[in-house]
Amino acid sequence: MLQKGTPAPDFTLFATPDQEITLSEFKGQNVILAFYPADWSPVCSDQMALYNEMLKFFKKYNAEIFGISVDSKWCHFAFSQSRNLHFPLLADFEAKGETAKKYGVYNDKEGECKRALFVIDKDGIIEWSYLSPTAVNPGADGILEALQNLNNK
Amino acid sequence: MSLKPAVNKNDHAQGNLKSDLVIVEYGDYQCPYCRAAYPVLKELGREFGSQLKFVFRNFPLSEMHQYARVAAIATEAANLQGKFWEMHDAIYENQENLNEKFLIKLAKQLNLNISQFEKDLQNPELGNKVDSDFESGVMSGVNGTPSFFVNDKKFDGSARDLLQIIRENATE
Repeated sequence: MLQKGTPAPDFTLFATPDQEITLSEFKGQNVILAFYPADWSPVCSDQMALYNEMLKFFKKYNAEIFGISVDSKWCHFAFSQSRNLHFPLLADFEAKGETAKKYGVYNDKEGECKRALFVIDKDGIIEWSYLSPTAVNPGADGILEALQNLNNK
Repeated sequence: MSLKPAVNKNDHAQGNLKSDLVIVEYGDYQCPYCRAAYPVLKELGREFGSQLKFVFRNFPLSEMHQYARVAAIATEAANLQGKFWEMHDAIYENQENLNEKFLIKLAKQLNLNISQFEKDLQNPELGNKVDSDFESGVMSGVNGTPSFFVNDKKFDGSARDLLQIIRENATE
């Protein structure tokens, strides 16, 4: 898994059925990448639902958040609609898991992303990364701490 | 992970307010898992209410639960009339009926001053209180609802697990 101080590998992934997002286009902003195993995990303790409630906190730190899983763009589309999500979910779908592999957070056995968080600074350098046990929603306190550290630099 | 900020005078607490054993719940009034935890926590209160302090903080997932935030504000409005826990209980006991109108109905049943209650629902300070609870939860590592803290430390388990552990420790 990529660690603090490493340049974040660039990628271009589908965010909606007809729109792609390229990481390097977000230079000048902080970026949070939340790799997660799959859409449609149980409600209320759902990691993406939590981040959805936190967008205004992330905004305060000039940070964009992207969820990333190997689910397809259409799956993400349905999941986003059903959970009323207001941030992009990226489809690491073709070639499957390619981006997760670049970041060292692909689970070969399950064929899914591990549950991992990255906070990337304005220059595209990883400020903080965290690998969570797959069954545990890591919450957002670590992300906010990393963003606070960036602010204090 | 520890509780930030620590339990303080702005918190809603019941049980033995002087106790050194402090349980904090972060909850959402529209969350079915919080609803399921509610009777278990009542049981906890009946058995150990004289020995522990129980604190409730708001953690409404407003994007997922349409009425979660307004319900939290309603309990804060009831609190201004000294009936926080009565409203808290009434909402969980009637969660399936939750909406804005129903909150007014509950306020009537609790004999609150309705015009004051309705005015307080619009009071931005109460909304800020709810939002600051939410923010404290995020900073403390709350990752879903309900989340519990025992003496400022995150407890990774359900209300049932919590009750069981307290029972075990009590009999030792």
